[in-house]
Amino acid sequence: MKFRMPAEKPMDSKQPPAARAQAKKTNKAEMTRRDLLRSGAAVATATLAPGVTLMAFGGSPAEAAAADAGKRWGLLIDVSKCQEDCNGCVQACSEENGWESTGHPETDAQWIRKVTLKNTATGHTQSMPMMCQHCESPPCVDVCPTGASMKRADGIVLVDKHTCIGCRYCMMACPFKARSFVHEPVVNQKSHAPRGQGTVESCTLCVHRVDKGGTPACVEACAAAGHDAIIFGDLKDPNSEISKRLAEYPSVALRPDLNVNPGVRYSNFG
Amino acid sequence: MAMDRTIYREIKATGGVWSLAILLGAFVAAAMGSVIYVEHHGHIVTGMNNSVVWGLPHVFAIFLIVAASGALNAASIASVFGQAPYKPIARLSAVLAMSLLVGGLAVLVLDLGRPDRLLVAMTTYNFKSIFSWNIYLYTGFLAVVAAYLFVQMSRIDYKYVRIVGTAAFLWRLALTTGTGSIFGWLVARPGYDAAIMAPLFIAMSFSFGLAMFILVLTMLFKLSGRKFGSGLRLRMGNLLALFAAAVLYFTIVQHLTAMYAAEHAGFERFILLEGGHVTFLFWVVQVLIGGILPIALIYLPTIRDSDSEPVWASVFVVIGGLAQVYVIVVGGQLYPMEVFPGYEVTASAFGDGEIASYAPKWSEVVLGLGGVAISLLAVGAAAKFLRILPTNLTEVNVPQD
Repeated sequence: MKFRMPAEKPMDSKQPPAARAQAKKTNKAEMTRRDLLRSGAAVATATLAPGVTLMAFGGSPAEAAAADAGKRWGLLIDVSKCQEDCNGCVQACSEENGWESTGHPETDAQWIRKVTLKNTATGHTQSMPMMCQHCESPPCVDVCPTGASMKRADGIVLVDKHTCIGCRYCMMACPFKARSFVHEPVVNQKSHAPRGQGTVESCTLCVHRVDKGGTPACVEACAAAGHDAIIFGDLKDPNSEISKRLAEYPSVALRPDLNVNPGVRYSNFG
Repeated sequence: MAMDRTIYREIKATGGVWSLAILLGAFVAAAMGSVIYVEHHGHIVTGMNNSVVWGLPHVFAIFLIVAASGALNAASIASVFGQAPYKPIARLSAVLAMSLLVGGLAVLVLDLGRPDRLLVAMTTYNFKSIFSWNIYLYTGFLAVVAAYLFVQMSRIDYKYVRIVGTAAFLWRLALTTGTGSIFGWLVARPGYDAAIMAPLFIAMSFSFGLAMFILVLTMLFKLSGRKFGSGLRLRMGNLLALFAAAVLYFTIVQHLTAMYAAEHAGFERFILLEGGHVTFLFWVVQVLIGGILPIALIYLPTIRDSDSEPVWASVFVVIGGLAQVYVIVVGGQLYPMEVFPGYEVTASAFGDGEIASYAPKWSEVVLGLGGVAISLLAVGAAAKFLRILPTNLTEVNVPQD
């Protein structure tokens, strides 16, 4: 059994008017000729074949083009606030996006996972979540033969479920082990997070929420648990909380030697 | 220059030929069954997982693709390097090169998560991906070698054969560079991320391809009852030993370079000392059986037996070659990536910091062997329907330098 994408309306009409107005405002300054052509193509697609074109939420080129290039979404994880015995973010992601553990971690979907790390020099032990790091120069996007692995203009790295052929080269290239291959038929999917047997998937930064002005499920769950260890926000906006915190306190990116500039940062990690 | 006395004839459909064709057909049918099985249930029924994403099918596919460009050796030696004794076997060399590539690509494509989306792979490109480049390198290789075969088989001025042959030779170098770079350009994995992958793969292609060529040529001659003198076979055997030595040389440089860098010391310790079956495959199968043994067989005068030694050396090179590709592909993924340098992972839901596990399933073995069968069926069919095989390769009929 293969999952087929549900027909969705294009992203533009999914955005609330306020978000659209904001996007338009920000875009004006940033818009290049290429952006203009892209948006033209998106409009053409939406106008000419609204009922025929299949759209995956946030994961199709038209929607990627609709993303706001004036933003770069990212996460800041305060490792000192993350509790080793808490799995709330993982649970929330699983429920939000419709993937679950079958007890076989080697072949299960792993959009987000908890790791406990011991500093080999000091012995200091900490726990933290790991997910797609939404790199600025993502190796998975570089190696993907069909362009299914892609980075939206707002920095969110996604897999286009229509063009992923399941070659798994992106999984070979990802430095963070952040991608999973769907090994089994999928059931009970969420319409906002389509999955498909034989394709690759990873954290979408809850793009379906972000595009509606919301925050990722893991961030909400962490706050609800009273830990507030994950902050979500626009790295390009100097007035956002995430930018202010990054400017004020030291933080690190994983594998800085690779120079991929992840959009996920860790603070109080040592 | 070769003489016109070389006569090419199709092989006859004898009982032996039919039996072999049916056997190979059964392997292909089994592979198709395996594809449908995996397609239906998902890759959960294979031994591959989210840590070892490429398994035995890729080992077979990469072996065949690498061997494909090396199978062109005989043709290149004849028309690019002007060695007349190789001229009568140049046609088969071109056909085998194409056949091996088709078999390898079939395995690669049929193992995709979505093999039904092949059309997407052929129409949607990301030109930054070395995989995309390879799609062009592979299809281009088929086209160039087909043209090469055409000029060889037509009564055309030999200078055109040389021109097309040179193009094919350069193309095969690019092709294997591309295949090696699939691994060489993976920056995050300690087992890869090395420019030496490209020349290593080129050396491997020279060796594996010539071994496959010697075996197929010998088999076809035996099947069709034609005479194969020891002179040419010995000549190819000598060359094979040289190529096997080149593979060993590049393997030594590959590991010495990695051992020198402290960051890769753990990976080297895994492959060379503590990797269990990977370490066994490296030392015993790849180095000893696939490298030292064939070289000794060819070069040690005490065990020289001109009739069978190149054939045995080829068998060993093929076995060692499969092991080498396994060590590179699977061994490189079994060793964990260094996601958190300076930290020890004490708990992880996804095996961070641990050696991964991989136990191949029958579905993978059957698919891989199916690819080999496709290659052999294709070359057999070509020998049956095209005049690519000389009637006689004894000393008097082989043109000399």
